[in-house]
Amino acid sequence: MGYQDQLITSESEVNEKFKSIKKSPVLLNKEAWNKRMEKRIIMDKVARKIFSLSTVFALVILGILFYRIGVQSAGWLNLKFLTGNLSIFPEKAGIYGAIIGSVWLMAVVIPVTLLLGVSTAIYLEEYAKEGKFQSFIKTNISNLAGVPSVIFGLLGLAVFRRLFGLGSSILAGGLTLSLLVLPIIVVASQEAIRAVPNFLRDGAYAMGATKWTTIRTVVLPASLPGILTGCILAISRAIGETAPLVVLGIPTLILAIPESLMSDFTALPIQIYYWTLDTVLTPEYANLAAATIVVLLVVLLLMNSIAIFIRNKFQRRY
Amino acid sequence: MLTNGGNMQSKVVYSVENLNLWYGNDQALRDINLKIEKNEVTAIIGPSGCGKSTFIKTLNRMVDNIPIVRTSGKIFYHGTDIFDKSVRLEELRTTVGMVFQKPNPFPKSIFENVVYGPKIHGIRNKKQLMQIAEESLKSAALWDEVKDRLNDNAYGLSGGQQQRLCIARSLAIQPDVLLMDEPTSALDPIATNKIEELIDELKNNYTIAIVTHSMQQAARISDKTAFFLMGELIEFGDTKKIFTTPEDKRTEDYITGRFG
Amino acid sequence: MDKAVNVRDIIKKNIKSKKNVTEKIMPKVFLLSASISILTTVGIVMTLIFDSYRFFSKVPLREVFSTRLAPLNANPSFGILPLINGTILTSLIAMCVAIPVGLTAAMYLSEFASEKRRKTLKPIMEVLAGIPTIVYGFFAYSFVTPLLMRIIPSLGAKNALSPGIVMGIMIIPMVASLSEDAMSSVPNSMREGAFALGATKLEVTFKVVIPAAISGIVASFVLAISRAIGETMIVTIGSGSSKNFTFDITESMQTMTAYIVEFTSGDAGIGTTGYYSLYAVGLILFLFTLVMNLIAQYISHKYREEY
Repeated sequence: MGYQDQLITSESEVNEKFKSIKKSPVLLNKEAWNKRMEKRIIMDKVARKIFSLSTVFALVILGILFYRIGVQSAGWLNLKFLTGNLSIFPEKAGIYGAIIGSVWLMAVVIPVTLLLGVSTAIYLEEYAKEGKFQSFIKTNISNLAGVPSVIFGLLGLAVFRRLFGLGSSILAGGLTLSLLVLPIIVVASQEAIRAVPNFLRDGAYAMGATKWTTIRTVVLPASLPGILTGCILAISRAIGETAPLVVLGIPTLILAIPESLMSDFTALPIQIYYWTLDTVLTPEYANLAAATIVVLLVVLLLMNSIAIFIRNKFQRRY
Repeated sequence: MLTNGGNMQSKVVYSVENLNLWYGNDQALRDINLKIEKNEVTAIIGPSGCGKSTFIKTLNRMVDNIPIVRTSGKIFYHGTDIFDKSVRLEELRTTVGMVFQKPNPFPKSIFENVVYGPKIHGIRNKKQLMQIAEESLKSAALWDEVKDRLNDNAYGLSGGQQQRLCIARSLAIQPDVLLMDEPTSALDPIATNKIEELIDELKNNYTIAIVTHSMQQAARISDKTAFFLMGELIEFGDTKKIFTTPEDKRTEDYITGRFG
Repeated sequence: MDKAVNVRDIIKKNIKSKKNVTEKIMPKVFLLSASISILTTVGIVMTLIFDSYRFFSKVPLREVFSTRLAPLNANPSFGILPLINGTILTSLIAMCVAIPVGLTAAMYLSEFASEKRRKTLKPIMEVLAGIPTIVYGFFAYSFVTPLLMRIIPSLGAKNALSPGIVMGIMIIPMVASLSEDAMSSVPNSMREGAFALGATKLEVTFKVVIPAAISGIVASFVLAISRAIGETMIVTIGSGSSKNFTFDITESMQTMTAYIVEFTSGDAGIGTTGYYSLYAVGLILFLFTLVMNLIAQYISHKYREEY
């Protein structure tokens, strides 16, 4: 009934608006009508300009941001920077450890979120009966998506670091980030699974396939591109997340390169954070931060291109 | 188990007794009684919404996938009630193949589509799979058209070819019965003609039940015809008799195009 | 029939021997995974409540709702009002940027732009949404603040204004894209009714489209506020850690999120009141955002337009 009301109010509003026109002395005073018309058309044109400007505004900011970071990183971003170890001397500092740390983190996040996310989506779309429990999980997931990332840091601190005793290890950080991006991959997988038409499932059932066989051999292969796209989106979110890791208490200066899941580590965004904080003391740290940002953005750009490629290449119309 | 009590050699394949079916509170099938015999083509006709599609989907219990469906009555398949608890759905469906209204090949290669059934039921031997694929595609009169591109995606085939591929896919698990739910409604006349020829060929080896909205098709290809109206089986008998001297006025009206 | 392979018999044998264990186990495995998300929520709520309880049992409520925040002082005080004030002020600034720009951009994309332009502009907007917040934080601190200093000489190196603005920029795509979705789903027949009467696009947008899409638009605002309240890195870097209770946006002030980051970075040992205060702040932050999200969901569910 909501929409009916909406419809009527908005239509009556339209009528209200044009009542003045209808009742205005249109036929009596053509000049006033034309004048009004002209004003309205000008208003329309001005508004169009303003609106398009605010769209462009966002893009201009994006441009400035890229330009500034490009300028600040110029000269600092080189092979030595990429392969060098951290140092308190800006000229010698490199981010090899942070890159490896980020890679390790993703090595935890990718399998954990894929497994948990896809099976949650399978449960919700294929097995759960429509009802309170299903909608409870769905509401829960959409609310989790809205929880600030810093809160996930507190969860990681209390559960993974203190309760499980994982310290500030890669495992603790990776699991924290996994929970953070889980809703992204669940929702994407749900959509991908829902997009598999029922007649494909029927085809499998009619061959005597069981439910799980149908899911394994028909539903999952058909929804794989969508799931992968969601996975990449989730990873790009995770790889840039800073707050949960900082809250988890990742040490400021890590010189050793991480070697196992239990190693202490630093990651690209954390390095950006600490360098930015310390620009007060050493202005060159701003350049290091900018150069690290370029690396991070390039990685993100690459991942998004892959996602777009997958989407375009495997997009299927049934 | 399906085959323990049943006699695979009997002439009667399906014997439907007092079948009722509800979607929630709406009754879609009322007290259906009919027998489907071996190596015959049974056509099921009627206006849309008469329950003919629902009926054929009950024969391999595809309706079980719809949660709100309830049934009563019995369907004997070679003497075993398919609603009996001891009957495994999967086993029933491997002996009763189904072809759908819209061609629904899987988004896989042509080969993978044909050997899907044997594969999920545990046949892994490459040589055997290849043999099965060739036999099934030949039976579905598709082999000559696709033998050089078995690894191409099935979606590259034309609609008619896709439908024959779906038939080949069903044949690959060597079923006893083929259920066809308006298999030509999405196809052009030439492709339809090919499928009809194929059905004529297949009935030597299989028992076929086909839902069709085209009376000409029913008249052309079937041995028996069942006329459904509003969930009831109005008339069932030899196709010739139904189309020439129907007993029921409503059948006559439908066939002569006075309604529907 | 002469078949080279007797598939029928092989299948029959296989089906009979199959015990269907996976068929029974898989749903349970999936259910278990699905419950992880519930466990996460439970975990969050439990840790927050558990450790906040210890905080609230040590610190009297009157002190909590005071304006003096000095956790590391010899005479510590845990007034949360400076943090709430900082959070609300920075979020307000962000909204002043995000709502007008986001909404007008949505109006342009949905009502004025050609299909082709829309298809190029929208993905670029989404790039803006995909940039990590730490990058925005760096941008606020190293570019926007110095820029603003030229206009407002009294502006501190750490202030609420600059991160507020940048946070607003970060949220623009969110407002724009959600509002645009709501506006695009208004059926054309409604627009045509007004166009037929001679209305201009602007009039149709304001008198037909926006009233019809208002619930989606408002929901996008509420979600944006929630996002701003929970945003961490931009304000941590840009706004600093001054715990003063002030309404002067050119000064440094601390948000709830920044407080959590500052405190976990090592200052408070486990077991101290300062440590538990983290969770108390976290709890309040969690409630703030939860309420916002629920409101947004309620609005878009209750007033969902079903055209």
